[in-house]
Amino acid sequence: MEDPQPRIAPPEPELPAAGARARAAVAGPVRVLGRWTTAQLSVPGVWQALDASLQTVPPVTGLAWDLRLVQRLDHIGAQLLWNHWGRQWPAQLQTLPSQRSVLESVARFSVQLPAPPRRSFMQLFEALGERVLQVLEHARGFTILLGQLLLDTLRLLRRPHQGPWRDISGHIYRMGTTALPITAIVGFLIGVVLAYLMAQQLHQFGADTFIVDILGIALIRELGPVLAAVLMAGRSGSAITAQIGVMRVTEELDAMRVMGIAPGFRLVLPRAIAMALAMPLVSVWTTLLALAGGILAADLTLNLSPSYFVHALPDAVELSNLAIATGKSVVFGLVIALVGCHYGLRVKPNTESLGAGTTRSVVTAITLVIVVDALFAIVFSDVGV
Amino acid sequence: MIKPQLFRHSALPSQPATSFDANRVVDIKGLWTVFRTPEAESVIHKNLNLSIEAGEVVSLVGGSGTGKTTLLRQVLGLETPDRGTIDVLGQPVARMSEQGAASRVGMLFQQGALFSAFSVLDNIAFPLRELKTLPDSLIADAAMVKLRMVGLGAEQAHKMPADLSGGMVKRVALARALIMDPPLLLLDEPTAGLDPESSDGFCALLLRLHRELGLTVVMVTHDLDTLYELSTRVAVLAEQHVIVSGSPKEVIAFNHPFIHEFFLGERGQRAMELLREYPFAV
Repeated sequence: MEDPQPRIAPPEPELPAAGARARAAVAGPVRVLGRWTTAQLSVPGVWQALDASLQTVPPVTGLAWDLRLVQRLDHIGAQLLWNHWGRQWPAQLQTLPSQRSVLESVARFSVQLPAPPRRSFMQLFEALGERVLQVLEHARGFTILLGQLLLDTLRLLRRPHQGPWRDISGHIYRMGTTALPITAIVGFLIGVVLAYLMAQQLHQFGADTFIVDILGIALIRELGPVLAAVLMAGRSGSAITAQIGVMRVTEELDAMRVMGIAPGFRLVLPRAIAMALAMPLVSVWTTLLALAGGILAADLTLNLSPSYFVHALPDAVELSNLAIATGKSVVFGLVIALVGCHYGLRVKPNTESLGAGTTRSVVTAITLVIVVDALFAIVFSDVGV
Repeated sequence: MIKPQLFRHSALPSQPATSFDANRVVDIKGLWTVFRTPEAESVIHKNLNLSIEAGEVVSLVGGSGTGKTTLLRQVLGLETPDRGTIDVLGQPVARMSEQGAASRVGMLFQQGALFSAFSVLDNIAFPLRELKTLPDSLIADAAMVKLRMVGLGAEQAHKMPADLSGGMVKRVALARALIMDPPLLLLDEPTAGLDPESSDGFCALLLRLHRELGLTVVMVTHDLDTLYELSTRVAVLAEQHVIVSGSPKEVIAFNHPFIHEFFLGERGQRAMELLREYPFAV
């Protein structure tokens, strides 16, 4: 079998035969050899050798080329030759018809790559302005959603028998009940970790019993609700955006509107109510499990008996803390549901937009949960501590 | 009923640019495919044989659930048959997904399957870039040639797939499938979802490329226009195997309920009735 390495043999001066005319040696054509195909060029080392071989023939016009010995020539190989010829036909070219047709199509369609669109300063400035307008647009959309939710709630109160009650109970199950295992595991482990860390510090000061106060306040007032809300934002917030977004992609939302059914009443309201109801319950559950973890760790590290912990807890933590925690959990739930619906309704009818919307929904929901938590901390700074 | 000029290109291109030594491009022998669900097993292909010669344009037709797309996916090596062998270009199909597969087979998926994160040019250049041997400038040149070969302008090169129309997506996907000059091209519903005008344009493009590149084409289609326009051979899948394979004329002459329904059935009749009802409407 012939050597498949694509290569070119530079013109060799023809040896003047003995007794030939006294003319100077005429350069023969550059002979192209080997398999000029993508598959051959992708073999390791072939490209380097070919490149070296191409260097031996400078890309000057006026040379004669002979391609007839090429074993195979595809569009990549032809492109390579064409580029080497400086994107023009050489002075003399001998080819097979099939090779010529490949070269001709490369010659016909070859074009300089258009430069990617550059962005001017003005465009960057305008992009910034667009960003700002987008944020305002989001705020406007969110306000409309909130107002619509209020109107829908009034409608529900006026005609409760028309309410989407089955949807609400279904969402409570899916967002609340099925979230219990994951929140339990996370809550319990966080409780254990916190108690371990604090126990070591407190033990140095001999203030072992204060672990009840610290754990109680931290878990019941802050960590329990926030932890539960962050988990729910990741779990249910993304699900809400994905569900509504898919309905948007498949035009189900439009079908609903055509039937005269308001998506706000049928999609947003049940999810908002379900989250507002499920969130405080999940939050209390997470807090309880975290406390259980704390009690276990306190028992193991400080020998603080569980019964002491449970008895000391009501004195250490005022009941108002639980009220604050429950109150803000309701707000967390509403925020998560509304952010989820907001981004779900804004999904454009394509799949990338669905993915981007879900990500943004989760990030925004978690950020807003922390912001709302900070607001609550400021407003209720002198209650229950 | 069938326009005779539609068979104009049934002769092989005289000297294909990418001719392959073996004349038999696809060879399917004794193929069995069984779909298993917990409740039941259903046999899709039962001892199916089909071979496709170089330069042919073969249309696979059949009712829904007869496993046309499954067969296409098996030829690509995306699914493994339960029994039987599939050789593509003289090699068992199991070796298809190895490196360099793009230089053996090109596939045009129904929705195009363009990588949404890449621009048009990067999509077309992707198989070449993945080889990691060729210089970027050569790859960009080659991708531009393929982009213009499928009838798109250079100004489309930096667009993203999301900004393209359905017909353009198919063209870009075709350019990507052809970037490494594979001798075999598979098409899944090439004209589905295109309006009649772009559908005709796409058929003309496929015809031209088939002629210029000497491609062997296997396609699944429901569109009778596409089928008549492109195929040199039609293979009908029914009763778990290929019941008949031949030129469209021969297939229509074959006596089988599915063929009656598909080629001469309601759709054909409806067109006839419309003509009778509105004799002056053209």
